[in-house]
Amino acid sequence: MTVSKSVNEVLFGPILKDNPIGLQILGICSALAVTTQMSVALVMCIALTLVTAFSNFFISLIRHQIPSSIRIIVQMTIIASLVIVVDQILGAVAYDISKQLTVFVGLIITNCIVMGRAEAFAMQNPPGISFLDGIGNGLGYSVVLMLVAVIRELFGSGRLMGIEILPLVTNGGWYVPTGMMLLPPSAFFIIGLLIWALRSWKTEQIEAADYEIGGHTALSRAM
Amino acid sequence: MFEYFISLFLKAVFIENMALVFFLGMCTFIAISKKIETAIGLGIAVIVVQAITVPVNNLIFAYLLRDGALAWAGLPDVDLSFLGYLSYIGVIAAIVQIMEMFLDKYVPALYNALGVFLPLITVNCAILGASLFMVNRDYNFGESVVYGVGAGVGWALAIVTLAGIREKLKYSDVPEGLRGLGITFITVGLMSLGFMSFGGISL
Amino acid sequence: MSDTTYDKDSIKNVVVVALGVCLICAVIVSLAAVQLKPLQTANKELDRNKNILIAAGLFQPNVNQVEEIDQLFEQFTVKVVDMQEKRFLTAEEVEAAGIDIKKYDQRKAAKDPAQSIQLDKQQDIASISRRARYSIAYLLEHDGQVDRIVLPVHGYGLWSTMYGFIALEGDGNTVAGITFYEQKETAGLGGEVDNPAWKALWPGKSIYADDKVAFEVVKGSVDPSSSRAQYQVDGLAGASLTSRGVQNLIAFWMGEEGFGPILKNLQG
Repeated sequence: MTVSKSVNEVLFGPILKDNPIGLQILGICSALAVTTQMSVALVMCIALTLVTAFSNFFISLIRHQIPSSIRIIVQMTIIASLVIVVDQILGAVAYDISKQLTVFVGLIITNCIVMGRAEAFAMQNPPGISFLDGIGNGLGYSVVLMLVAVIRELFGSGRLMGIEILPLVTNGGWYVPTGMMLLPPSAFFIIGLLIWALRSWKTEQIEAADYEIGGHTALSRAM
Repeated sequence: MFEYFISLFLKAVFIENMALVFFLGMCTFIAISKKIETAIGLGIAVIVVQAITVPVNNLIFAYLLRDGALAWAGLPDVDLSFLGYLSYIGVIAAIVQIMEMFLDKYVPALYNALGVFLPLITVNCAILGASLFMVNRDYNFGESVVYGVGAGVGWALAIVTLAGIREKLKYSDVPEGLRGLGITFITVGLMSLGFMSFGGISL
Repeated sequence: MSDTTYDKDSIKNVVVVALGVCLICAVIVSLAAVQLKPLQTANKELDRNKNILIAAGLFQPNVNQVEEIDQLFEQFTVKVVDMQEKRFLTAEEVEAAGIDIKKYDQRKAAKDPAQSIQLDKQQDIASISRRARYSIAYLLEHDGQVDRIVLPVHGYGLWSTMYGFIALEGDGNTVAGITFYEQKETAGLGGEVDNPAWKALWPGKSIYADDKVAFEVVKGSVDPSSSRAQYQVDGLAGASLTSRGVQNLIAFWMGEEGFGPILKNLQG
């Protein structure tokens, strides 16, 4: 069964309408630990987008040959191999950044976006559109990640991409950095607030309430 | 020696909690923490899988993959550490599969209770993450066992606590846009902040 | 596309696909690893050499180019230090001990019981628990005189073990520079150990007084009129535990269990 989607929908849908992190609750793990610096987050985004796109492509190429009993393992093997190649390349051309990413590049293997798209899209669609779907979801992930990174780096260390924007007190300026931004909890808060903003704009994404909260009975009785 | 292991264990559970400090295993963490029973089930499964996979991966790394590991086979110059990711994830998938089959045959009640969680564990970043940290920090076998159990316990502790809070949150008047996912993130952020208070403790 | 004659779930197909995927993935991964390994090793070495140069004050990230590192580093004489016998090893002894200076990893050696010792509570001031048997020192010499010596140091701060290099002048007492190339302290607070402005406070300070380590990282600012100002450096604001960690690691590595005896020989 192939679902034919337009290229536009596949490529740009995941950014706002179907954002992997915001709506599908996917790939949050690595999203948070690497967002203290934009340059590191950017490399992470590129790595994940490429891995998702190519793994979608290769898995889609052999989707009719993969037996269902070893389906998950075959997908994981392809994904893991791609991640190893990316990791090797990073160590060779961007050593400083790879030192900061440490184990998080390896964790792309278990990043739910990559596996999720492989199962949900690549197994049912031709290679070309699968590749684009990988890019699209990678873009959706990148938008959220970079947004968080911009906020955290700017307010946490006064810099963007390493360039000083708000001069720090320790460097003779006026900005006292919000140190909290460089600590783990802030990433959670920022994403929570981003989801709030996103759902206030695209209200169809709001989750249904578990309970209908009734009126305040004591107050109405008093009136 | 003993207090070193206790210190390592407590560090893995509180100060370097897999979920609240390194944000690993978030997908299932947020998706499965709606009810306490399911959270406990998943937590126990994670502890068992961690306790087995981290030491096993340690053995594989020490005797097969690291630089010079194959000296026992007469190949001291071979460095296969780049195959690390492939073998760790393979080992994890295999062990989870074996555990599934074992539980299905010998403890069917537990198998039914855990249900769909077992396969989910394979792609839980926290499991792979613990193995990767173990390699990164060069732990020996003893340390791997303690670290594996500690990391699992820390993650389980975090998810059960979050489930407890979310069950109470059901009765709160959360703003529409924050309902569900949004307020969960903010709650986890506060929990993470709380766990940071363990940082100044030295044993 | 439907496969009527090709059963993808047959045993034969399972084996074929499994073997095929493994083979192709293994080939691609191995190719990448083998081709890129030389570049990666070169990068690691370049990074370490850059840190040594920065500590010695010979390289500034904003001023010098990355390409100059190899050339600048050639001025150094690399010597192996035997921490147990408290002396430099001769070239023959280095070979006899099987140490490859370029590949020697002190961190890994410290975890190997065969190449390190366990420190007891009184010795372990820097909370590093083990100390490797051999360490590597980088000396700037001319005409047989030591102008500068760069030594690797590490110790526990608040959240992590901090790794750095300290550079001393030829008298083995005056600090020429300090750098911390790896640490995971609180960003903005303890993380400021890597702030150039703080590191700039170190050159010119003395480590030893009366044959003992007198160096301190004080709370707050150093009082320039105090007689002890010579041995003191400002603490890091809001990072008392990290500051104490720095003081401890200097006390350890400049003391009896560290490079103390070697530096004494340089002085005497």
